[in-house]
Amino acid sequence: MRVMAQIGMVMNLDKCIGCHTCSVTCKQTWTNRQGVEYVWFNNVETRPGIGYPRTYEDQEQWQGGWTLKRNGKLRLKSGGRLSRLSKIFSNPKLPGLDDYYEPWTYDYDNLISSPTTDTVPVARPKSLITGKNMKIEWSANWDDDLGGTYKTGQDDPMLKGIEDSVKFEFEKSFMFYLPRICEHCLNPSCVASCPSGAMYKRSEDGIVLVDGDKCRGWRMCVTGCPYKKVYFNHRSGKAEKCTLCFPRLEVGQPTVCAETCVGRLRYIGLFLYDADRVLEAASVENDQDLYEAQLSLLLDPHDEAIIAQAKKDGIPEDWLEAAKNSPVYKLAKEYKVALPLHPEYRTMPMVWYIPPLSPVVDALKNTGNDAENVNNLFAAIDTLRIPAQYLANLMSAGDVTVIDNVLKKLAAMRSYMRDFNLGNEFNEEIPNSVDMSGEDMYEMYKLLAIAKYKDRYVIPAAHKETADRLEEAMSSGCSVNFDEVSPKSTDGRNPIPVAIETFSLTKKRMYSETYSEITDEDKK
Amino acid sequence: MLKLIWTTGPYIATIVFIVGMFWRYKFDRYGWTSRSSQMYESRLLRIGSPLFHFGLLMALGGHFMGLVIPESVTERLGISEKLYHIVAVAMGSLAGVMVVMGMSILIYRRRTVTRVFQVTTKMDKLMYLVLGTLIGLGVYNTIGINLLNLPGKYPDGYNYRETVAVWFRSVATFSPRAELMSEAPLTFQLHALASMALIAIIPITRLVHIFSAPIGYLSRPYLVYRSQTAKKSRRGWEPTLR
Repeated sequence: MRVMAQIGMVMNLDKCIGCHTCSVTCKQTWTNRQGVEYVWFNNVETRPGIGYPRTYEDQEQWQGGWTLKRNGKLRLKSGGRLSRLSKIFSNPKLPGLDDYYEPWTYDYDNLISSPTTDTVPVARPKSLITGKNMKIEWSANWDDDLGGTYKTGQDDPMLKGIEDSVKFEFEKSFMFYLPRICEHCLNPSCVASCPSGAMYKRSEDGIVLVDGDKCRGWRMCVTGCPYKKVYFNHRSGKAEKCTLCFPRLEVGQPTVCAETCVGRLRYIGLFLYDADRVLEAASVENDQDLYEAQLSLLLDPHDEAIIAQAKKDGIPEDWLEAAKNSPVYKLAKEYKVALPLHPEYRTMPMVWYIPPLSPVVDALKNTGNDAENVNNLFAAIDTLRIPAQYLANLMSAGDVTVIDNVLKKLAAMRSYMRDFNLGNEFNEEIPNSVDMSGEDMYEMYKLLAIAKYKDRYVIPAAHKETADRLEEAMSSGCSVNFDEVSPKSTDGRNPIPVAIETFSLTKKRMYSETYSEITDEDKK
Repeated sequence: MLKLIWTTGPYIATIVFIVGMFWRYKFDRYGWTSRSSQMYESRLLRIGSPLFHFGLLMALGGHFMGLVIPESVTERLGISEKLYHIVAVAMGSLAGVMVVMGMSILIYRRRTVTRVFQVTTKMDKLMYLVLGTLIGLGVYNTIGINLLNLPGKYPDGYNYRETVAVWFRSVATFSPRAELMSEAPLTFQLHALASMALIAIIPITRLVHIFSAPIGYLSRPYLVYRSQTAKKSRRGWEPTLR
């Protein structure tokens, strides 16, 4: 056994209102440059829908992820090493710019520089690629809120087998949002695809990164990633991807997408996993066993034997402490309500999703029944097969029982806590019916519904002895004092830290109930 | 004058190449890429690029055969000059046709697809000029002289292995025999000249990607782990503010 630490994320889809704040703040931070205009490290998709880039989940077309060979060994779906090297001169499975969309801006200048005319001047859309006028025909979220899905919806690869029934369900607005970032997989197929060895998994925290100095632009990682979350910067000729905001994580701050999420639906914490068993778990024969196999990799941070082994493998004390309090471990492994996205790709993704109960609740409400009664909800989960099957296609390789179990837990929590809110006595039968104790259910409720900042994000900072290598300056134990560096300094010898806020100031702001607690003294 | 080129030219080109590559690696590792334009257009590229690249690899192999391996060695192996010539001309012609077709498609694509043309730099154009000249002369030497005997002087083809190849090896052993080159047909001389120019400009063009051919991929483990605390190599410059 070799214990390694992995920073993971859980998203509670029931809370996502599809506001795209995560996408916008991420874009402002990371991809507002030439060459990555079309790139969204974080994007929010309306499901059912065809996603970004279009139909990326159709691996028969795009060949992402891993596949099991007849002899039971794992191979990249796009081919063996030699066969892929032979395609290096023209990658047949690379999405083109138009599979994402042609980015554009508007000719705003015309609005103020136009001479007086009888008609109102317009700002015409201009392509950010060619600079020429263009007709806008697609974007990263063109089918947002099911807009235009009557035309494209049937192309959603996840609807295979249930197309006819969903057409009917569309009119009843079965819909939810799916925010996506890089999965920072335990068995990343992008890393395995990179001919230059420029992509790597950081051994401390499992973040998957591209070394821009080693990348030679062979574009194999874009094909290799089944989630299409590695992008090609078409100007610099290098791969770029979601970094899980590692400069922020290193100083204990959550990622930009999580920090700015208005629904507060993201959770960040540590997993401990057995690195020696990853390949074995990713190679189980049946697709539907992959979820359990992935769960089995996650180690119990409270187990003394595992703690001892983790220490032996060099995981620091405070990281082990963080692993014990990890919200993502609780949601994924203890309560088993968070599921991996597309386990069938065999990459062991580390961004997990709590499937939405809302399609069920909404449907139940529309029938006039009590949508918080546990029996009604259970009956509805059993009857409403279409949303469950769709969710199963996304999160459990089509195994509906996995989805049912999660939805029933969420339904049970809803009913159980209603009694609490109405001042009634707790009905312990409710949690017991989904194999949970009342205590656990209350804890889960606190994590999911109250969702305090300090409970959502349990992020151990990187270590002081390595602080000089960090991207963001820490307020203590670090020699960079940016008060003394003039922002206009151009001598190049004193690079200004990326963030102007100090760690302690940020921390204080996050945990204080009011803004007035922060004094001018703190700002120094 | 000509003699000077054949005695010093190769060394100057090689030194420029080595110093240039070192400089490029030290100062512009981030710019070291094939600068693929496949995202903009892939229909034409899918035909043109493999034709061009595989053709070039074949041609490179042929040059190794012709320039590095002496005639005496192949004779001792029982390959007569005639047999060698037939094989070389056949394979060379095939490679030449592939490269010319591929390059024509790629240049057509670069010129007509707006997205691709817009990211074409001056260096790209210079590189296309030098590489195009080199390929044009090489194809003429193989197909025009050795296959079709267009000038009418070489009914059995021109045996470059008695002059050009010997000169090439004499350069490699630092005792250049310039007189051998002066005897060769003009287009062979120009071809050698263009190749020196190409070698010299490689460091400042996208051609650096040739030297990143990812052969190591065949043997490395699939997953790569790297420690955060691994020693960072310093670039040749400090980050500055704009």
